[in-house]
Amino acid sequence: MPGPTPSNEAVIEISKLSTSFGDHLVHSGIDLEVYRGEIFALIGGSGSGKSTLLREMILLHRPDAGSIRILGVDLQTLGHGDADDETLALRRRWGVMFQHGGLFGSLTVRENIGLPLREHTGLDDALIDEIAASKLATAGLEPQVGVQYPSELSGGMMKRASLARALALDPELVFLDEPTAGLDPESAGEVDQLVRRLRDLFGLTIVMITHDLDLLWQLADRVAVLADGKVQGIGSMPELAQMDNPAIRKFFDGPRGRAAQEQGRLPHDAHSGREIGKSSWKTK
Amino acid sequence: MGRTPAAPAAITQSSPQEYVLSGAWTAQGIGAVTPQLDALTTPAGQELVVDGARIEALDTAGAWVLQKFLHRLEDDAKGVRLRALRPEFGRLLEAIRQQMADQERTLAVPAIASTTPLERLGRHFEAPLQQGFALLSFVGECALALGGCIAQPTRLRWRPILYNIRSAGFDALPIVGMLSFLLGVVVAYQGAGQLRQYGANIFVADLVGLSILREFAPLITAIIVAGRSGSAYAAQIGTMSVTEEIDAMRTLGIAPLDLLVLPKLLALLIVLPLLTVFADALGVFGGMIMARTQLGVGFGDFLDRFVKAISVTAYLLGVGKAPVFAAIIAVVGCFQGFRTRGGADSVGRQTTRAVVQSIFLVIVADALFSVAFSALDL
Repeated sequence: MPGPTPSNEAVIEISKLSTSFGDHLVHSGIDLEVYRGEIFALIGGSGSGKSTLLREMILLHRPDAGSIRILGVDLQTLGHGDADDETLALRRRWGVMFQHGGLFGSLTVRENIGLPLREHTGLDDALIDEIAASKLATAGLEPQVGVQYPSELSGGMMKRASLARALALDPELVFLDEPTAGLDPESAGEVDQLVRRLRDLFGLTIVMITHDLDLLWQLADRVAVLADGKVQGIGSMPELAQMDNPAIRKFFDGPRGRAAQEQGRLPHDAHSGREIGKSSWKTK
Repeated sequence: MGRTPAAPAAITQSSPQEYVLSGAWTAQGIGAVTPQLDALTTPAGQELVVDGARIEALDTAGAWVLQKFLHRLEDDAKGVRLRALRPEFGRLLEAIRQQMADQERTLAVPAIASTTPLERLGRHFEAPLQQGFALLSFVGECALALGGCIAQPTRLRWRPILYNIRSAGFDALPIVGMLSFLLGVVVAYQGAGQLRQYGANIFVADLVGLSILREFAPLITAIIVAGRSGSAYAAQIGTMSVTEEIDAMRTLGIAPLDLLVLPKLLALLIVLPLLTVFADALGVFGGMIMARTQLGVGFGDFLDRFVKAISVTAYLLGVGKAPVFAAIIAVVGCFQGFRTRGGADSVGRQTTRAVVQSIFLVIVADALFSVAFSALDL
């Protein structure tokens, strides 16, 4: 029985990863590591391959070369089928929140959240409904939302419901694809707080793709900048702000970048000084 | 997996006042222990101790079950003490306890208001009625748009019309031809036995000609086109309305009826009669082949008799039904597409409705034609 794990334990290790679609080279040698308990952000311009990288991490796309180890499992060694036992076991240990929610339109929100529990555990229906309601509350949604269908939700509620479903099996690792895209500033701020609270409460490791500069400054412990198929820089936002690489400068120069930087350095970011990866206590 | 799988959650009673919890209290592990917890009878009015030292893992589901159990003990016993729980588990348990308290305060989710059978019956009849009215108004809108286009022919969009003529008409030729050929074969074959008994072999031309030209060819063509194109119309428009493309079209000042419905309607109006003629020819050809092999009526004799027995009226009546069927298929398909709300599920439902309703209406219209023709002695 291992005790709380050290904070420098790598949850995701990617090395020499390369991917191409036809002649188009998306990744040419990506190396990065994500540590347990940190909030890690992937940024990069459109077409820089961050979505593809995310899809490769969650086993929706196979890279051409290189290796990805997630939670100690080398993804290359897994069988190809979706029903492969090891693949299933690994998939249960992470949750994914898709950019457009990915909620099933034919199920209510509560059924959507309960679905992974219904599929993968032997719990009875009443208990699953209770747990789903609790996840709903964790994601900051009103109980009434549970009986609604995804098509009746607003954008922000959809993201929260999707997050609640991603958390249904208490994953160790959560992937967020554009958690604040399409949200008003207030909802975006709430998502921001929600993600931080989840990390602190459950000791989650969070990997997100985002363009939201505020979110990056407020929330991300470390950020990797992707461009030209490679990781151009990796580090906390203040560290990246010191670098001269033009691919990185894009995110700091220009009025939006500077404004977010100002914001991020105001005193209210007391959290940015915390140690990376408070050790996870949810161990099995 | 890199970690030893923990034993499933378990509870044992080490003494009358003490429970020992062990194993993995996780969504995977608590399956067996929940009924056990529910069945547990607890001594009332005593001080109880729950030992959590051997809990190896705890997640939300486990914490929820555990908290419910503690809650129940607290109701019965004088006091409950949870001992030796790992501090990190304690934090989660506390968070869950708070959440439970919040949920109790906000009360359970209001159940969907139950309905009386009478109300359900009413709603059951109201829905089709509403749909009927909506269909009527859609027909009206289409007629207005069509009128507008005729008054102002430049509004017509020829490119989508031609495209639809190809996809609904030309591409359907093989299947329509094949099926009507087989239908002609079947009709001749079924008639052959009876006709041979009376030595009336030559009348197979009457049988095949009238049944194919008047009934089978228009009907089978309409049914195939409803299945092929009516469903495609509903699915296309339905998906477009789900992805807000229809709304976008409106805001760009393009009338969806002009761009989506009229080309389909006009294309089908042109194509379905042509397909029917094609089906006529192949159906009769199928009958001819069967007449020769089964009844010994050669092609020449068959055609001689065919020309004498079958009037031009029979042919025109059959082909004349086709535009009506075409209008039904195009309008119902597009109408159901526009009624799509929500997501993928709804697209499927509306597509099914489009096909079922258009085939239903085609057959009803065919029956009405029969009544009308017999009243008019045609």
